[in-house]
Amino acid sequence: MSRSEALADGFPDLSGHRIARQAHWGRWLTAAIIVVILLAIGRAFARGQIEWSFVERFIAAPVILRGIVNTMVMAVAAMTLGIALGVVVAIMRLSPNPVLRTVAAGYTWLFRGTPLILQLLLWFNLALVFPTIGIPGLWSARAVDVMTPFLAALLGLGINQGAYTSEVMRAGLLSVDIGQYEAAQAIGMGRLQALRRIILPQAMRVVIPPLGNEFIGLVKATSLASVIQYPEVLHSAENIYYANSRVIELLIVAGLWYLLVVSILTPLQMLLERRFARGIARSR
Amino acid sequence: MKPLVAIRQVSKHFGEFQALKQVSLDVFEGEVVCLIGQSGSGKTTLLRCVNQLTSADSGGIWLDGELLGFREQDGRLHRLSEREIARQRLACGMVFQRFNLFPHMTALENIIEGPVQVQKRKPAEARDAAMALLRRVGLADKAGSYPSQLSGGQQQRVAIARALAMTPRLVLFDEPTSALDPELVGEVLGVMKQLATSGMTMLVVTHELGFAREVADRVVYMDQGVIVESGPAGEVLRAPREARTRAFLAAEVG
Repeated sequence: MSRSEALADGFPDLSGHRIARQAHWGRWLTAAIIVVILLAIGRAFARGQIEWSFVERFIAAPVILRGIVNTMVMAVAAMTLGIALGVVVAIMRLSPNPVLRTVAAGYTWLFRGTPLILQLLLWFNLALVFPTIGIPGLWSARAVDVMTPFLAALLGLGINQGAYTSEVMRAGLLSVDIGQYEAAQAIGMGRLQALRRIILPQAMRVVIPPLGNEFIGLVKATSLASVIQYPEVLHSAENIYYANSRVIELLIVAGLWYLLVVSILTPLQMLLERRFARGIARSR
Repeated sequence: MKPLVAIRQVSKHFGEFQALKQVSLDVFEGEVVCLIGQSGSGKTTLLRCVNQLTSADSGGIWLDGELLGFREQDGRLHRLSEREIARQRLACGMVFQRFNLFPHMTALENIIEGPVQVQKRKPAEARDAAMALLRRVGLADKAGSYPSQLSGGQQQRVAIARALAMTPRLVLFDEPTSALDPELVGEVLGVMKQLATSGMTMLVVTHELGFAREVADRVVYMDQGVIVESGPAGEVLRAPREARTRAFLAAEVG
């Protein structure tokens, strides 16, 4: 039998009571207002000058489908280049070597400091600066032949993305506790091996949400490549409406495709996050 | 007999603050030496200099006769390459106050990381050796657990196994029980005692005077960057000669 002291009177036993449901009148009211507003907007669009049949006809047109494939190919290729550059530049930024640090800071400054569309136009028109390009004595070619819309878009988007990604990566590397680096050194690892085996895997957990953000931004930024004739989905939509003047309908087609792609990317990001959360307690 | 570690006239500044002032110390093979003293007395800095996580401003440290961090040539010291320093570090195991296990790896993966990635041993062999070490620290059933699933005491025991997996000449302990809940201190000290009995050379920064009294061959008392008193554990702890040592011990015992 456990010993206990006498308790004060006047405090009844509530352990058997159920908790009553709350009414939440405010929630019902705001929901009703929002439904009314949405209906009004929907009605306005239904009655507006939009031929929805054109949207239906072009949503799966071969040119549009080829356009969205090109958009995805460019987004993935440019992001791959961007991440590769971003990792290298972030590591350079944190290097003890002042030359590497300065080069890395200069790169970020230059490519974050100028508009993306300007960079795309510069790459595309590189032939105006360098009519022929190549390695002296080994190989050379006319720049107009080499600098296709695809290559210009890849370099423009990828190198620009690398500048932003390097800052995301740097934040990730800095978020890892210094003790992790010391523990890696204590088992005889060099700087690069410690980064690759110990620091980067932990930094990935932190950088995936902002990188997902960056990638979604890049998917939409590929539309800028339409100005240098890269046949991505907006470029395809524009070409169609130059011919049939159904501007709004085709912009809606392109918009729906962007929305679909971004909607698919969000759950993919969740999967990646789970992969890199290995060993981290769920509660955190 | 030549000492395994010879520390000579080592000084270290952090800005204006002088953490070590011309410190000299020998540690012989098989010895357990405990460094005691208040926070800020320089004992952790001295320990970190031995495996070059901190580099001394002046002075020298020799491990097994080899000068650490520098090559002496024509009366000048030339800094060694990062690769050379990494090789020299293999001789020292290090156990940190805050464990510093790799959180994205299981206990077993933490232990075999160094042997496989740095020493290029065969994974199967490293795995067998790691399991033997886990049994030795009493955690054979936790091989597949991540650090976040282990208690502080268990994490520190895995960290000790990780240090031993590199087959070091000596193991450095930086306040290995200071970050632990009181009821978990005993299990870590138990593993350290067993390690001392097996003949491992150990340099231990600690506040656990009971452990020092029981296990240490020698105790070194540091204050304000200098070694105030050092000698056999029984003498320094029971009958300190210096007034500062007596004051510290009186305060520690309470």
